[in-house]
Amino acid sequence: MFRYIVRRLLQMVLTFFGATFVVYALMFANIDDPFQALVGDRPLTDTQRAALNAQYHLDDGFLTQYWHYVTGLLTGDFGRSLTGRSIGEMLAQAWPVTIRLALLAIVIASVIAVGAGVLAGLRRGGAFDTVTLVLTLIVLAMPIVVLAPLAQLVFGIQLGWFPPTATRDANLYQLLLPALVLGTLVVATELRVTRASVAENLRADYVRTARAKGLAPKRVVGVHVLRNSLIPVITLIGVDIGVLMSGAVVTEGVFNIPGVGFNLLRGIRTEDGPLVVGFVSVLVIVFLVINLIVDLLYAALDPRIRYE
Amino acid sequence: MPGKSPWKVVASLAAIALVAAGCSGSTSDDTEVLPNSISIGIGEPSSLVPQNSVESNASQVLASLFYPLVRFDPKNKPYPVAAQSITHDKANRVWTVKLKPGFTFSNGEPVTADNYIDAWNFGAYGPNGQLASYFFSRIDGFADLQSKDPDDGGPEKAPEPKATKLSGLKKVNNLTFTVTLSENFAGWESVMGYDAFYPLPKAAFASEGVLKKEYGEAPIGNGPFKMKGTWTHDEKIVVEQVPDFKGTVPKIGGITWKIYQELGAQYADLMAGNLDVETKIPIESLGSASGDLGARLGKSPSSSFSFMGFPLYEDKWKNPQVRRALSMAINREEMTDQVFLGSETPAKSFVSPVVSGARPNSCGEACDYNPTKARQLYTANNGPKDIKIGYNADGGHKAWIDAMCNQIKGSLGVNCTGAPQPKLGTLVDKARAKEDVGLIRLGWAMDYPLMESYLGPLYTSDGSSNYYGYKNSTFDSLVRQGSAAPTTTQAEKLWREAEDLLVRDMPVLPLRFGQNVFGYSDRVTDVTMDLYQKVDIYSIDFAD
Repeated sequence: MFRYIVRRLLQMVLTFFGATFVVYALMFANIDDPFQALVGDRPLTDTQRAALNAQYHLDDGFLTQYWHYVTGLLTGDFGRSLTGRSIGEMLAQAWPVTIRLALLAIVIASVIAVGAGVLAGLRRGGAFDTVTLVLTLIVLAMPIVVLAPLAQLVFGIQLGWFPPTATRDANLYQLLLPALVLGTLVVATELRVTRASVAENLRADYVRTARAKGLAPKRVVGVHVLRNSLIPVITLIGVDIGVLMSGAVVTEGVFNIPGVGFNLLRGIRTEDGPLVVGFVSVLVIVFLVINLIVDLLYAALDPRIRYE
Repeated sequence: MPGKSPWKVVASLAAIALVAAGCSGSTSDDTEVLPNSISIGIGEPSSLVPQNSVESNASQVLASLFYPLVRFDPKNKPYPVAAQSITHDKANRVWTVKLKPGFTFSNGEPVTADNYIDAWNFGAYGPNGQLASYFFSRIDGFADLQSKDPDDGGPEKAPEPKATKLSGLKKVNNLTFTVTLSENFAGWESVMGYDAFYPLPKAAFASEGVLKKEYGEAPIGNGPFKMKGTWTHDEKIVVEQVPDFKGTVPKIGGITWKIYQELGAQYADLMAGNLDVETKIPIESLGSASGDLGARLGKSPSSSFSFMGFPLYEDKWKNPQVRRALSMAINREEMTDQVFLGSETPAKSFVSPVVSGARPNSCGEACDYNPTKARQLYTANNGPKDIKIGYNADGGHKAWIDAMCNQIKGSLGVNCTGAPQPKLGTLVDKARAKEDVGLIRLGWAMDYPLMESYLGPLYTSDGSSNYYGYKNSTFDSLVRQGSAAPTTTQAEKLWREAEDLLVRDMPVLPLRFGQNVFGYSDRVTDVTMDLYQKVDIYSIDFAD
């Protein structure tokens, strides 16, 4: 187990540098004249451009720039955004609210998905199963760019149940509506997987054996079926946490949450290379760590799996 | 242990997640607006250093922290505010600025001529890279503060400029200084009303000519409000009234500038009563805004100007009659009503009518929709059968470009297609290299309320934004004569004559003038906006 973790950590280091290199190269190819974007339609003077290019090392070659960036990164310095703000500070300000939002969304989504999925799986073909099938289809078909403003309009403005926007230090209540909207990204898939898995396991041999032993139906479902059915779901939920952190671009914009998604979008819009690379680097780490945790959890849930 | 209690593992993970999500948020409600204070929505400013601010978000916040030398009356004529008087010599070359006595910065420092001179030198010095530095380019000695990169973007470092101080700025006494321009210019007083000309306190500088890094986080100004705390990035900037302010005292006790990423979120907060003023109603909400807001929806002219440049380096566009015919083929009213839902107005002149001396309909017949005449003129002069319209794909222009193409097809019976380029920079670079990009979509907003702010950069031969290559030496000299004229009345007359030449030559297609479309809550009243997309913080008041 220990050796397995060490091996994975070493792989993570490689993946991390590979990923930042690719992202850096992509941003480098995309960046054309970022300072022009800052001043709008008016052309910059040559002196201004020279001064700003020198400040951000923009007139160096690609490898030199990447070297500057990586050496900075290793000393914990993420560099400065093109508007002069320290990216390290921006990361520290943006991450907490995004993490809270994603965790809240995943808790809401998985409680609904597992609850409804188990019920639907137990009564396959029943009314509840059909209704959830239709609902998940609707949720899957509804893109979040539609759902988020719609939820804001109906629940935030017209009914007034929730505040229509949230801030960086939002409380649970302010984050509830954005988290619900964000949760719809993953709830349908999680629900369908739970349902399919429960339905399949109900027909498994060990369930028949358990029933034949005379175990109470509650125990058969609650312990034997559920435990085995949840293995694929847990994997899915783990990966979804990463998806939600990076996928909050639209939701954070609509509900005015200054988190990771918003900063990524801003960085791309304003050709702010250092900003985008900084946020993506951290996202890469988050993905890698979550993947590791999920794999370890997998072993905890299924005793047949052993890591060497 | 593994496999023994997976339930507990899962349950405790969920519990940790919930606790983390719920409890780590500070529950303090300091985002709430104080009772005698209002909230106005803005986007994240790019910088709060006046000499580095070139966009309206920063401009709005700075207007509350600083007190300008001049402000503008409803006819956009300048009048002194922080200045006691602004006088000039006969040639309009040497300007004397006298400051009102007794003014202080919010940290108690008295405002003196040195504060202005230091700030302007700092802004003009090329290596400081301040984005608004071009405003100082008319002052004598500006060129000596710049240096050119020897290998244009290469690794070699640009040499130090010759001087660190503008030779055109001279201190006379503590409250008086003179500004010598490199060329005579009648409109200099108006130019000094811009953000770049705000003074900086001694406390802003770490050493001579070097700004403190943290100054931009909580600027100290000479205005009616001062910062409460520092700039909370992406969230808010709170300002409160300066006690015993010597100038015009605003009616409100403070402003919370709430920062939004999207206009839609701002509109939602305005609807829900969490925001007092939204300065730009998003276009997708314009349809319902009059119903939502009623009388609290306001419109006022802004200085922005949308137009289409003809690539004059292409043979097919060399004939002015063809250009005129195309202009008559376009129904501007239909476009502003149907596509822009009344948020912009049709443009029928080459200079926005908001500035003093400009006319609303100088273009005359050539900008009126007349498909029959347009077609006659176009075929008679053998206009091109295929029209391309170049635009930048990242600015949301596709809808109206397509609509305009359809109008052209309908009126002239020729083919018309939109030709998107990824960015404005690409479009402009290709036009500069005289590539066939088609008509060039462009926009402009003035820097100071003078006709020259449009005529100079857009249409003179060496104009900074004349990408389409319009050259007319008579026009150039009229604009220059106007700038050097002894009075603004004479200047405006010459500038109007220059604009008449544009009507004859049609180097661009005027399309639309912008408007501020703003909304406010029922807590506030007397909300007005100026040409720079700023709320007038002196007139806004609480509703009873």
